[in-house]
Amino acid sequence: MKLFKKINYFAILEKSTPLIAVLLALLVGAIVIILIGENPINVYKILFSYAIGNRDGWGNVLFRATPLIFTGLAVAFAFRCGLFNIGGEGQMYIGAFFAAWVGFTFTDFPVFILIPLCILAAAAGGALWAAVPGILKAKIGVHEVIITIMMNWIAASLSFYLCLVYKAPATEAMKAAGVKQMIPHTREIAQAARLPRLYNLFKSINIDFPAYNQVNVSFFIAIGVAILAYYILWKTNLGYEIRAVGYNPLAAEYGGINVAKNIVLAMVISGAFAGLVGTNEVMGYKYRWRQEIFTGLGFNGIAVALLGKNHPLGVVLAAILFGILNYGGAIVNIYTKGRIPRELIMVLQAVIVIFVVISDEVVRRFIGKRRKMA
Amino acid sequence: MPEFALEMKNITKRFPLVLANDKVNFSVYKGEIHALVGENGAGKTTLMSILYGLYQADQGQFFINGNEVNIFNPRVAISLGIGMVHQHFMLIPPLTIAENVILGMEPKKNGIFIDIEKAVKEVEELSKKFGLKVDPRAKIENVSVGIEQRVEIIKILYRGAEILVMDEPTAVLTPQEVEELFEILKSLKNQGKTIIFITHKLNEVKAISDRITVMRKGKVVGVKNTEDTNQEEIANLMVGRKVILRIDKKPQPTGKVVLQIEKLNALNNKGLAALKNISFQIKEGEILGIAGVEGNGQTELVETITGLRRATGGKITLYNKDITNYSPRNIKEKKIAHIPEDRRQRGIISNYSVAENLILGSHYNPPYSKGLILNFTAINNHANKLIKEFDIRPPNRDNLLKSLSGGNQQKIIVAREFFGEPNLLIAAQPTRGLDVGSIEFVHRQLLNERDKGKAILLVSADLEEILSLSDRIAAIYEGKIVDILDAQKTNEKELGLLMTGSALNKKLQRIK
Repeated sequence: MKLFKKINYFAILEKSTPLIAVLLALLVGAIVIILIGENPINVYKILFSYAIGNRDGWGNVLFRATPLIFTGLAVAFAFRCGLFNIGGEGQMYIGAFFAAWVGFTFTDFPVFILIPLCILAAAAGGALWAAVPGILKAKIGVHEVIITIMMNWIAASLSFYLCLVYKAPATEAMKAAGVKQMIPHTREIAQAARLPRLYNLFKSINIDFPAYNQVNVSFFIAIGVAILAYYILWKTNLGYEIRAVGYNPLAAEYGGINVAKNIVLAMVISGAFAGLVGTNEVMGYKYRWRQEIFTGLGFNGIAVALLGKNHPLGVVLAAILFGILNYGGAIVNIYTKGRIPRELIMVLQAVIVIFVVISDEVVRRFIGKRRKMA
Repeated sequence: MPEFALEMKNITKRFPLVLANDKVNFSVYKGEIHALVGENGAGKTTLMSILYGLYQADQGQFFINGNEVNIFNPRVAISLGIGMVHQHFMLIPPLTIAENVILGMEPKKNGIFIDIEKAVKEVEELSKKFGLKVDPRAKIENVSVGIEQRVEIIKILYRGAEILVMDEPTAVLTPQEVEELFEILKSLKNQGKTIIFITHKLNEVKAISDRITVMRKGKVVGVKNTEDTNQEEIANLMVGRKVILRIDKKPQPTGKVVLQIEKLNALNNKGLAALKNISFQIKEGEILGIAGVEGNGQTELVETITGLRRATGGKITLYNKDITNYSPRNIKEKKIAHIPEDRRQRGIISNYSVAENLILGSHYNPPYSKGLILNFTAINNHANKLIKEFDIRPPNRDNLLKSLSGGNQQKIIVAREFFGEPNLLIAAQPTRGLDVGSIEFVHRQLLNERDKGKAILLVSADLEEILSLSDRIAAIYEGKIVDILDAQKTNEKELGLLMTGSALNKKLQRIK
C-alpha cells in the first residue's frame, strides 16, 4: 500500500512540471520587469486583472486561445504517434485558404450547408498538406521535420499566389483615393459562411457582453476538437494503435499494427486540426483571407503542446494561458505607455518553454534515480 | 584457517522503496572462487556496487586482508585491489587490445607520448602469466566476445586487482568459451587471485566455485561449501521454496505437420544473406529447438516466419497453407504466437499498462473492440483473468509495464501469446535474463503447451534449455541448418561443435 502512494506522488510530480515552469518563468519575467524599472507586482496585477478580471478580457483571451488550441492539438496528436509535426503553420494556411475559397465561391448556399462545408474544407486543406510528409515518412522514411518545414514555405507562397488570383476588386473608396490594397486579401466570404460571435449567443440569454469582442463560435469547435482528440487517442483502437506506434514502433509492428498506415493517419488528423484554425481566423474574424494575418500560430502550437504535455486538456489550458499572456501583455504595454514592451510576453513564452523542458528532464532524472535505486 | 581477502559485515543499504541489503555478512577467503547467487533483485548487484564504491552503505564495515577500510568511490576500490568485470563490456572497438587495457593509465614516453611498445609488452606479460591468450595489437572490433572478456580481465589485472568481481560472465559466451573462461579463472586462482563470481546458472556454480553465498530479498540465506551441497538445495535457497529443476518430459506421439519450411532465404538488416535454404518441419506435440551462437540467423528466421521480415525465397506453410510473406497481422490471425527474443524492443510497450499490453495484437478484435471503440470492460476482465492465472506481480492491471520486473514482463508476454489456443508457438530466448523462479515457470508453460499437442519452435542461446526442452534440435550456423538431431541422442558437446561450424569438416570427412 505504501508503494502505491509513492508512485502516485511521482505521477503528480511528473504532471506538475508545466506549473513549475510557469511559476519560474513569471519569476524570470519579474526580474526583467525590475531591470526595466517597473514594479513587477503592479505589472502582473494589471496583466491578470485586465485579462481575466472581466468578461471582455475573458473574451479576448479565448479568442486568442482558439487558434492555439487547434495548432497545439495538431502538434500533440502527431507527437502521440512519435511524429514531430512542425508544419502546423503551412497546414493552417492551406486549411484557412480552403475555407475562404469555399466561403466566397459558393455564396448562394444556405447557412446549414455552407458552414459545415467551410469547416470541412478547412480540415481537408490541413489534412491534405500534412498527408504529404506523412506518406513520405511512412513509405520511404524521410524525416517529417524536414518535409513539414519545407511545406510551410510552399504553403506560404502558394497561399500568397492564390490570394492574388482571388484578389478582392478595389472598392469605390480605394478607386477614388487611387490606392491599392495594403495587405493583399481575397473577396469576403458569404454571410452564410460566417460563424457568429459569442456576443450574439450571450445576447439571446441576456448576458451582458460587448458586441465588439471577437471571440466566436470557433472556440466551441476548438473545445469539441480537443474532446475528439482525447476520444480518438484513448477510447478507440485507432488511438491505441497510434500511441503504440509512438511509444514503440517495433512492438507495434510485432503486434500486427500497420506502422505506415498509422503514421499517415496521425499526420492527416494532425493536419486537419491545424487547418481548422481557418474557422476562427477566416470564418469568425476577418471573413476573408488576408495575407499573413496569423503568422506564427503554427509554431506557437508547438510551445502550447509542450506546455500541455501533449494532452488535449493540457493543450486547452496552455492555449488559454498563452491567450492571457498575449492579451494581458498588450494591455500592460498600453497601460505603461510602452515602457513594458509587448516583447516581454514573447520572452515569458520562451522562458516557459525552456523551463518546461528543463523541469521535465530534472523530474525525469530524479524519478529515474529513485526508481533505479528501488 | 585460511585468511579472509574480503569481509563485509552487517552491510545495510536502504533505497527509498526497498531494503536492498539487510545486514549482509559476506566474506571471501584469499585465493578462492566464491559464487554469489540469487534471483534478480536479491541484492547481489547492490552488494557488489557497494564493494566497488558505486554506492555507499548505510551501515556496515569492510575489511580487506583484515584491515578496516572505507570505500567511498571506485578509485579507492581499485587502489585496494578490487576489480570488476561488468556484464556489458566497456571497450572501445576501433582501438587495439593494448590501447584499451592502458586506457586511463597510459605508460608515458618522455612524459608526454604514450609508450605503446611498453603497453604491448605489459599486456603480453599479463597474458602469459595468467593464460589469457590475446594479441595485444588486434583491434577490439575484430575479436570475439570471449576475447573481449579476456581483455576486460587483463584490464583489471593491469590495474593491480587482487579481488576480481565478475558479473554474470558466462551470459554472453558459447559453451566452448565458457570452458576456456573456467580454465582462466582456475589459473587466476592458482596465482593467488580471489574471484567473486555472480551468476544464477547453477551448473556453473557447481563447476567452478569453492564456496557459495546465496542471497534472497536482500539477505544472505546461506553460505555453503560447493562440495557439500547440490543444485537443488541452492535453487531452493534462492527461491525460498521447492523448485523442480529437472524437467520431466514424457515422450509423446507427434501429430500432423504444423509448420513446414522449405528452402527459406532471407536477408539481414545489412542486406546480406542471413538465411540460406533453411528447411525443417514441426509436428503437433513437438518442440523443435534451434541451437546456435547468436547472430547466425536465428533472429531473421523467427522474423521471417512471423511476417516481420520478407522472405526472399522459399516457402513457409502452416497446415499445408502457404503463409510466406503474410503481414504480421495475418500471421497472428493464423494463430501463430510469438515470444520475441528482445522483450523490451519488440514484446512490450513499456509505457502501456498491463491491461493494454495484454491485448496487443488482438486489440482490434471483439470483445476488446466494438468497431472502432475499445471495450474497457472486456479489456479489464481479460487482464484480471490473466493476472490471476499467470500470477503477475504486482497484481494491478493499471501499472505501466516499465515498472514491472523482467520476469513479470515476460509473464505478460507469455500470458498474452498463449491465450487463445495458438497452433504454433515461436519462443525466442524465452528465459533470457529471468531468475530461476520465472525460468521454471516459462519452461513449465512451454511443456504444458507441447503436451496439449501444440507445435513449438524454441530458439535459445542457452544450450541447457534447448537440450532439456526440445524433442528435436536443429543446429544453425551462418544461416544454414547444419544438422537436425534427436534431443535424446545428443549432448552439449556435440551441439557446441555443430553450432560453431567446427563439426562441418568432420562431418564431411565422415561422409568421405
